Amino acid sequence: MAKKAKSTLINMLLSLTVIAVVAAGVLALVSKVTAEPIKKAQLAKKEAAVKTVLTPFEKIEEKHIDGNAVTWAFNAAGEPVGVAIESSSDKGFGGRLGVVVGFDTEGNITGYQVLETAETPGLGAKAGEWFQKGNKGDVIGKNPATPLSVKKDGGDIDAISGSTITSRAFCEAVNNAYQIFQGNVR
Amino acid sequence: MKTIDIIKNGLIKENPTWVLVLGMCPTLATTTSAVNGMYMGLATAFVLLMSNIVISLLKSLIPDKVRIPAFIVVIATFVTVVQLFMAAYLPDLNESLGLFIPLIVVNCIVLGRAEAFASKNNVWHSLLDGLFMGLGFTWALTLVGMVREILGAGSIFGHSLIGGNDGMLLFILPPGGFICLGLLMALVGAIRRKAEKK
Repeated sequence: MAKKAKSTLINMLLSLTVIAVVAAGVLALVSKVTAEPIKKAQLAKKEAAVKTVLTPFEKIEEKHIDGNAVTWAFNAAGEPVGVAIESSSDKGFGGRLGVVVGFDTEGNITGYQVLETAETPGLGAKAGEWFQKGNKGDVIGKNPATPLSVKKDGGDIDAISGSTITSRAFCEAVNNAYQIFQGNVR
Repeated sequence: MKTIDIIKNGLIKENPTWVLVLGMCPTLATTTSAVNGMYMGLATAFVLLMSNIVISLLKSLIPDKVRIPAFIVVIATFVTVVQLFMAAYLPDLNESLGLFIPLIVVNCIVLGRAEAFASKNNVWHSLLDGLFMGLGFTWALTLVGMVREILGAGSIFGHSLIGGNDGMLLFILPPGGFICLGLLMALVGAIRRKAEKK
């Protein structure tokens, strides 16, 4: 085995510099190779989310309104059939609760998907399924012209058992999305 | 040192989770399901394998006084590689493991093996040590994840065992992690000691 390098200033500088430069080179290469797939994966996730919240459509067109992504969906004839709006509430139990909500042209909810959540696993994290069609807190088909609120607050939405805070945040996020729908889409 | 000893050390005798009790933070945090535990283990195993090889190769070139920063740069490089590839090809997993992938950099198992093994042994032995320490960590995390998932969510590797039932939520939450890990550690320890007596 070669003799161990002594801890002289020049040795230390040289070895650390070489290691750091090689590491930077490797990372630059990997980052270049993975940049495209990462972009694709993020886009695919977004598209999948938009697809599940809207009625069938032919093509989509995205724009940003006040920092919120709004995606229009058109049928084959080029008429709008619905719109998917990303919004969020900061009142979740674990902080920000981000959703994408689909509306038809009348403002009725056609679907939703939770995009960003830090809610408690097993409790608030159920928001992804709880409010879907056929489940206890079903919001599909409702029109937030009268803002959604949980039963405890006098509304008609069944809150997730043990997670009223998450449910309130979810309602707020959906109402925020409707505000954007009202203000910019109509 | 014999090859078979290194393999045994990593998997059982000096298992990072059950015996050395290193890297408890990812062990408790990512084992909410068997799949999460397994992938966390595999990601750590890859970093451990690669960093052990590289550090063993470089050991005579790195002066003692700067060995820790040098090791950390090597480890951090491989962790970033893992994270980038995960974000590109396994985006769902990347999201569920979240912060704990970058935290592999400060996982004491990785730095511990670099310092205690790879910087003193040849490349072949370091490779084996990295691989089997990593696999030892992986099977431990998978086992904890399996037990917590069965008790907490009533499913195994995502397949529901008892339809429509939520299971005992406690075991998915942090307290259940501690309880599970403690009991499993006692169990594995008891089995190990019995086997050694014979």
